[in-house]
Amino acid sequence: MTLVEIRNVSKSYIKGDQTIPVLQNINLSIGRKEFIALMGPSGSGKSTLLNLIAGLDSADSGVISVDGMDISSLSQRDLARWRSLHVGFIFQFYNLIPVLTAFENVELPLLLTGLTKRQRREHALTALQLVKLEDRLDHYPGQLSGGQQQRVAIARAVVSDPTLLVADEPTGDLDRVSAEDVLQLMERLSADLGKTVIMVTHDPRAARKAHRMQFLDKGVLADAPEDTLSECF
Amino acid sequence: MLLKILFRNAFRHKVRTTLTICGIAVAILAFGLLRTVVTAWYAGVEAASANRLITRNATSLVFPLPLAYKDKIRGVEGVTRVSYGNWFGGVYITERNFFANFAVEPGAYLKQYPEYVLTDLEKEAFLRDRRGCIAGANLARRFGWKVGDSITLKGTIFPGDWELVLRGIYRGREDNVDENQFFFHWDYLNETVRRTQPGRADQVGFYVITIAHAQEAAMISDRVDALFRNSFAATLTETEKAFQLGFVSLSEAILTAIRLISLVVIGVIMAVAANTMGMSVRERLGEYAVLKTLGFGNTYVSLIILGESLVIAVLGGFLGMVCTFPASEMVGRAVGDYFPVFVVARETLYLEFLAAILVGSVAALFPMWRASTVPIAEGLRRIS
Repeated sequence: MTLVEIRNVSKSYIKGDQTIPVLQNINLSIGRKEFIALMGPSGSGKSTLLNLIAGLDSADSGVISVDGMDISSLSQRDLARWRSLHVGFIFQFYNLIPVLTAFENVELPLLLTGLTKRQRREHALTALQLVKLEDRLDHYPGQLSGGQQQRVAIARAVVSDPTLLVADEPTGDLDRVSAEDVLQLMERLSADLGKTVIMVTHDPRAARKAHRMQFLDKGVLADAPEDTLSECF
Repeated sequence: MLLKILFRNAFRHKVRTTLTICGIAVAILAFGLLRTVVTAWYAGVEAASANRLITRNATSLVFPLPLAYKDKIRGVEGVTRVSYGNWFGGVYITERNFFANFAVEPGAYLKQYPEYVLTDLEKEAFLRDRRGCIAGANLARRFGWKVGDSITLKGTIFPGDWELVLRGIYRGREDNVDENQFFFHWDYLNETVRRTQPGRADQVGFYVITIAHAQEAAMISDRVDALFRNSFAATLTETEKAFQLGFVSLSEAILTAIRLISLVVIGVIMAVAANTMGMSVRERLGEYAVLKTLGFGNTYVSLIILGESLVIAVLGGFLGMVCTFPASEMVGRAVGDYFPVFVVARETLYLEFLAAILVGSVAALFPMWRASTVPIAEGLRRIS
């Protein structure tokens, strides 16, 4: 069953008097509970496509629908609300708020819900238990290792129970052991909690955890080169 | 949580924030002191009573009026009390010891000015002694005078050494009452002048008129002036406030300059605060992009920035307001000869607080706009 449907999506950026095409006529379907890896060389448009799917940017043409909702037609305000309800984000550099503790960072997205303080606390604790950081509640991001920070970021991404998780190079800034931990966690989120995960990565080991890999080259979906395929599978 | 973010953000760069707070405090302090100078200039106007009129020579204040006008003025309908006096212009020991000194008709004058508070004993002693005098508490403190001391004034308008005995030290009933003045008996002045300069005897510099109803001031002024319209010394009667304003208006250009400088000070610190907020927001565009990614709208992000700016500005403003009191005390002591009443007015504190809020709000405007308009994707790219 399809969760994300991308039809004829194109996107370009204007730099000075030049128009630079980034994505050209992309068509892609992603199923529910699917864990998909987006790969490709730098500048191929992976992160742009991820941003479009997550509602962080808008396409020049084409339609993106998530769970039957055409997000290309939403206003900025509605899009912000939609993101808060349906999408969890995991970034390469964790992007935690440095002045908030691990617990407060995880609680942050819940402020946009109608939950009471007590309910927010319960949800945040559950999410932090999920990533095994219940003993680091009061630590600030600066007091945590990179791997721990990324786990806090994952807890923040899942705390509001979104349908879709988008991850942009989630292991790009981690050592091998921490990266493996994070990937296992993401695998579990897909397998055990039924989250749809879309992950942009350069790392074939990370892509290996995904159910499917899509390769982007120069803004179009392409077949992966042999060497990439052999590294991944 | 948002409050936590804005408070913690405000102190992320402790040195920068502390310096900005100090800068705002100094600016607010300077603003407060300049406003206090303006207030001090108007102190006489503020202390003026609506029920008192001043009658002087219509040609100029330097020309006298006949003492004989007193009874005619007293007979005007609506007038309840009349007294008179002269600007004496004496100096104590040297000309550097300047203070305002008047020869007045003491009985009526003290009744007209109940804001000069004396004990009954002091009042009685002053009224009884024709060479008696009274001084304000600040003035007495300045020269170390005590009740019973002999004081000699050197006359500049009325030449000679004038031997007086201090019979009382008055205090102001309100903060804005000038406690740097000096009064003695007009009769003592007149008797001496009659002997030494008979042509100047029985003449007064001004009349102070008390009226029953303040709203009749204009009508009574007209009635008084009409009495002497065709005499050799025509009068000009006006409310005490208008009389005082006449002096202040002579310095209007200086006052306007002081007001402008006080606004420039606020403008400068506004630019400094805006620069601080600009730097902070530029550094945190990535974090604001993260908040927007999570679903927080531009309003939330703008409120965080505005709140942070206001926290810094209000802390600086509060510090400046607190410092205004000791600073004005020091300045007041230094310029006491020129500004007898140098007190921080409540209105000045309100203006200082408003100025701090204004600085905080205006400083946040551009950063708020910047954080709201930067696309999320661009903001996130800044982190990497």
